[in-house]
Amino acid sequence: MHRFTSFLFLGGFLFFLSVLAGILPLGDPPMLIGQVIQNQGATETGAANLVTAVVLGYRGIDTLGELAILFAAATAGGLVLSSGRRKSSVCSDDDAGFIVKTAAELLFPLLVVAGLYIVIHGHLTPGGGFQGGVILASAFFLPLLARPSAKMNHKVMSLVEGFSGAAFICIGLIGLFNHGAFLQPFLSKGVVGELFSAGTLPLLYIAVGLKVGAELAGLLAALNEEDDTEEGNEHA
Amino acid sequence: MIEWFLFVIVIIMLSAAIMAMLLDNLLAATVSASVVSLGLAMVFVFLKAPDVAMTEAAVGAGLSSLILALGLKRLGLWKLDNDEEDNS
Repeated sequence: MHRFTSFLFLGGFLFFLSVLAGILPLGDPPMLIGQVIQNQGATETGAANLVTAVVLGYRGIDTLGELAILFAAATAGGLVLSSGRRKSSVCSDDDAGFIVKTAAELLFPLLVVAGLYIVIHGHLTPGGGFQGGVILASAFFLPLLARPSAKMNHKVMSLVEGFSGAAFICIGLIGLFNHGAFLQPFLSKGVVGELFSAGTLPLLYIAVGLKVGAELAGLLAALNEEDDTEEGNEHA
Repeated sequence: MIEWFLFVIVIIMLSAAIMAMLLDNLLAATVSASVVSLGLAMVFVFLKAPDVAMTEAAVGAGLSSLILALGLKRLGLWKLDNDEEDNS
């Protein structure tokens, strides 16, 4: 029955989408801003990756809003997950097996390096704080998956998260007081395509990456921990 | 050539999406939902949007399926072979 309803929902949703696509004048007023950014973006912000130039240079406050939404979601998730936690049960120390443990030990440094690379080179190559942060979060969650008895240090996680969020806003405020606009890129732009270029954009992306990574790793750990105690209660 | 690649990927995505609704094993449904995201990431690569492709691969295929799987585990619906034993 629920299969039938899901197909019904899918059909209705497709109909809705097709009606919407029929109404919307796709590409009717030509978007001129894209051409302008392609022409000026690299020289104005110094970032070789134009997506980063837009995300942090032209609409940085939008990114701050995204971070705020993510923070609210992670906080709410953590609140819901940790509300009914009972620490009474003895944590069963069943390992995840040889393959997962070895793979976790092998993959952990690789994932950390890949995540940091994507974060730090956000202004040069595709990717950036959000993508690299998610990879960092999964890297730090992997050891927990391999060894369920291990606990993540939530204090360190929240410290990293708070400091990186504060760093993002501080960079924005320095831009506001010294250069006239919130999150205005300052510092020297350097040569387009070099690692130390694009002014404050790499710093902002590092802050974003650390914040996203710490937040999501904490959320995953909370989900996993709660599950452990639940399982323990079920066994008991 | 690229059209054929896209055609194959879209077919895989559509079948994985339908499988996600039809499968009885919820863990398998989660995996097939992440296959949809992986296909979408490849489509984004073909459309020359590598940034979006990375986000889709990291968030859609990796993180969201991980969260779904942990949620299944938490709800006690994590069954690897119980279903098969029941069916046989």
